[in-house]
Amino acid sequence: MSVPSDSVAAENGHQVWLPVLEVAAREVFELMLGCELTTASTPEETDDQLDMTSMVGLAGRLCGVMSIRSSRKAAGLMASKMLGVDPAKVGPETTDAFGEVCNMIAGNFKNKISGLSDGCMLSVPTVITGNDYTLHALADSAGLEVRFLFETMPIVIALQIHS
Amino acid sequence: MNSIRALIVDDSSVMRKIVERSLRQAGVELSKVLEAGNGAEALAVLAENQVDLILCDINMPVMDGLEFVKSLSGVGNAKDAPVVMITTEGSESHVVQALSSGAKGYIRKPFTPDQVRERVIPLLAVKA
Repeated sequence: MSVPSDSVAAENGHQVWLPVLEVAAREVFELMLGCELTTASTPEETDDQLDMTSMVGLAGRLCGVMSIRSSRKAAGLMASKMLGVDPAKVGPETTDAFGEVCNMIAGNFKNKISGLSDGCMLSVPTVITGNDYTLHALADSAGLEVRFLFETMPIVIALQIHS
Repeated sequence: MNSIRALIVDDSSVMRKIVERSLRQAGVELSKVLEAGNGAEALAVLAENQVDLILCDINMPVMDGLEFVKSLSGVGNAKDAPVVMITTEGSESHVVQALSSGAKGYIRKPFTPDQVRERVIPLLAVKA
């Protein structure tokens, strides 16, 4: 899928990118973890369970932050699927794997949007554990968010757009 | 195809394991797998070890993949090893830069074992 980056997205408040973000996430989970994400309207009240966050910064023609939030259990299961090992055997690789998932979603997303693939760079991933924090954006920003179930556990993938 | 020695360069240890597994799933018989977390570490590994294939990420700390590939010209232990970039960077300019730096192939993440097979096996066949 490919969509224009500037004019159409601006006219639609970037909402036109929402299906692209959804496809980008689904592809990463299908190709690298061997599982399908289920679309689900998980209520925001369950967000307290999401105590791991991975973030990747985007800079260039699109400035913003891509993030994925899940529970530690879900992040551990992602690592086990990526490594092909039993979840009980996954240890410190969880943060590495969780960061890579976010990195691949961000890369896959920008590669699907005309003009962003070449004009947008990604930072290395940052992983935060715990959920008692507040994200303060430094600019008026729009946001895209998709909610899925990963093996029955909620995950939230968001793109906070700064410019 | 003979058994080969591979060097996998990626700052993610999980991704290095995935690449190794994908190589095996693609039918590549590996006699030795060496790992490095960035280009500088990879050069140190190559100072001590000869390899037949290098798979390398682009975005890495200390020394990125493009700089690493450019640094390979004088490295005897890698002179016969084709380099395949495996990266989230999918832009045409990155592909051009990688290929003009000396890489022989390019795989975008996320990838399938089939894509690894399509890009890597022909390079090993040419080498054989």
